[in-house]
Amino acid sequence: MKALNFLTRTRNGRSMDWTDWLSYSYLAMGLFLMFGPVLWLVMSSFKTESALNEFPPSFLPYGQKSIAVPGEEKMKPVYRVKMPDGSTKELAELRRIGLTSTLIDPARPDDLIRVNVKDREPVREFKLATENYTDLGGQIKFGTYLWNSVFITLIATILTLLFNSMAAFALSKYKFSGRTAVFLLILGTLMVPPAIVLVPNFLVISELGLLNSLWGVIWPAIATPTGVFLLRQYMLTIPDELLEAARMDNASEWQIYWRIVLPLAAPALAVLAIFSVMWRWNDFLWPLIVLSKNEKFTLQLALNAFQGDLVTQWNYLLAMTVITLLPITIVFAFLQKYITQGIASAGVK
Amino acid sequence: MKTSASTPWFFLAPNVIVILLFTFVPIAINFYYAFTGGVNLYPNQRPGVGVENFSTLLECGSYFDPSSCRKDVFWQSIWNTAKYAIFQVTLMVLFALITAVVLNRKIIGRGFWRGVFFYPVLLSPVVVALIWKWILQRDGLLNAAMVGMGSHPVLWLAEPGWAFFWVTFVSIWAHMGFYTLILLAGLQAIPADLYEAAQLDKASPWRSLTKITLPLLMPNLLVVVVLALIKAVQIFDEVFVLTGGGPGSATTFVVQFIYQTGFVEPVRLYGIAAAGSLLLALALVALTLLQLKLSNAEKTGERVK
Repeated sequence: MKALNFLTRTRNGRSMDWTDWLSYSYLAMGLFLMFGPVLWLVMSSFKTESALNEFPPSFLPYGQKSIAVPGEEKMKPVYRVKMPDGSTKELAELRRIGLTSTLIDPARPDDLIRVNVKDREPVREFKLATENYTDLGGQIKFGTYLWNSVFITLIATILTLLFNSMAAFALSKYKFSGRTAVFLLILGTLMVPPAIVLVPNFLVISELGLLNSLWGVIWPAIATPTGVFLLRQYMLTIPDELLEAARMDNASEWQIYWRIVLPLAAPALAVLAIFSVMWRWNDFLWPLIVLSKNEKFTLQLALNAFQGDLVTQWNYLLAMTVITLLPITIVFAFLQKYITQGIASAGVK
Repeated sequence: MKTSASTPWFFLAPNVIVILLFTFVPIAINFYYAFTGGVNLYPNQRPGVGVENFSTLLECGSYFDPSSCRKDVFWQSIWNTAKYAIFQVTLMVLFALITAVVLNRKIIGRGFWRGVFFYPVLLSPVVVALIWKWILQRDGLLNAAMVGMGSHPVLWLAEPGWAFFWVTFVSIWAHMGFYTLILLAGLQAIPADLYEAAQLDKASPWRSLTKITLPLLMPNLLVVVVLALIKAVQIFDEVFVLTGGGPGSATTFVVQFIYQTGFVEPVRLYGIAAAGSLLLALALVALTLLQLKLSNAEKTGERVK
């Protein structure tokens, strides 16, 4: 019957109804599939280690309730205890030895109650295990990895902007023999994926003494063909009269580049900066080859190393993953328009 | 200061030097490695072996049966890559097309929806792999759903068939948004009056899709397919973190073979790795030429339009 409705409706010309219905269900499914996994990651990152080991897992992070007990420094976990007389009580556990658990009622701290561990079960409440995040600094050299990632991303982006814009300036504002050849040479590197030159690049880097140095990751990455292309196309739209006028006023060529062309190319520079930050923050294969010492790892390498450990500490791994995707998410939330426009116009990722 | 002949070269120098040093010099050295043997990294300590590296890689009883090859993992990785490229590109472009068509309709909150599908593109391969590894692990969300539906938990990444499926799925998940965006740009270039005319003629939505949208989008679609193929044959990062190439070599792809041979194995056969990467480069050059040809055809097509 439904299928019949479906068909007749289209024939009556009110076709928008079912196509709209279909579109929105597709979009809703997309939302679930695309964001769901990320949301699950974020939720899980706030769970305690024991909550992470539960099966089946709960959606929201639950943790065992804990309570302050007079005379004890630390908060004590709360259990629901089946008392010998058949009643149940919520008690704080002081310690557990073998199969015997010693509990106490915080309201009456003088009575110690001993029960078999079988007769108690943990009381759970909604609780964000923020210690997954706050412990990162001490547990693993998180600060070092973060710093390495930030250093590479920032320096490489600044150098990319500088080198690419200088090249784009030369290619768009001067006529000289060999211009086309150089432009093609630069664009040609688009066709040389890093995977092809892994071995020889490794040799070049080690000859330059840059193995296990953050600079060994930075230098090969900065001369992006995409950046030169993007900036050149933009600089072509800057009228040459401006440059001529500045030359009349005795401005040097460097001043023309630095004071006139660069500020005018700011929108294109901004797009390139966004892309460069994303590229460098997410880089994996090349850093994996150059940086083999733990203290030189970027966040991406550290994540990879931890997930490969025999015993994966998922609570820290998940928190670190969330921190790693956070900057990209923030950049995306605020600059979505520029990113999508940049991709649609230049066809680059 | 007057413009001199050297001024443009002053501005070009930093960029060009970096490109020469880290792209063109390495390409030249790569050929040298590919035709020399031994385990030394330094070129002057490497004996010339002619085409031995290539013949080692290509020595095979039957190319369709990796186990008959001298470098069985290499051929396994080639077949894996081919299989992966075909499935991943076909399905990804199909879903990217559907998504682009849906996003191109008059829908509420288009910017938001576009963002939803595009967001995973920006995530790093490591993060993508970890997100899914967490869902697919033995006590993970998916197995909880399986048990909830009365089925048995499955070791998704430990069974060759499933591991391959999930590798393909996850890479579609991660990269689909990029191609959606390119196709969306193509869709928006189709003149709206064509659709209005179709509506006046009472053409069904299906008919306007097959008679207007698809034919006019075809050039973009072809470019997207080739772009996706170029990316697909270079697959490495997310798979490496997700499965490590396993179980066995069920999800080992060509780039991982190069990486393992050159940088992981106790005996580092740089020559074999370089030869392998040259063979991969050959495939990429062919695909790039195809892309250039197609995008030229696209431009001519636009002029005709």
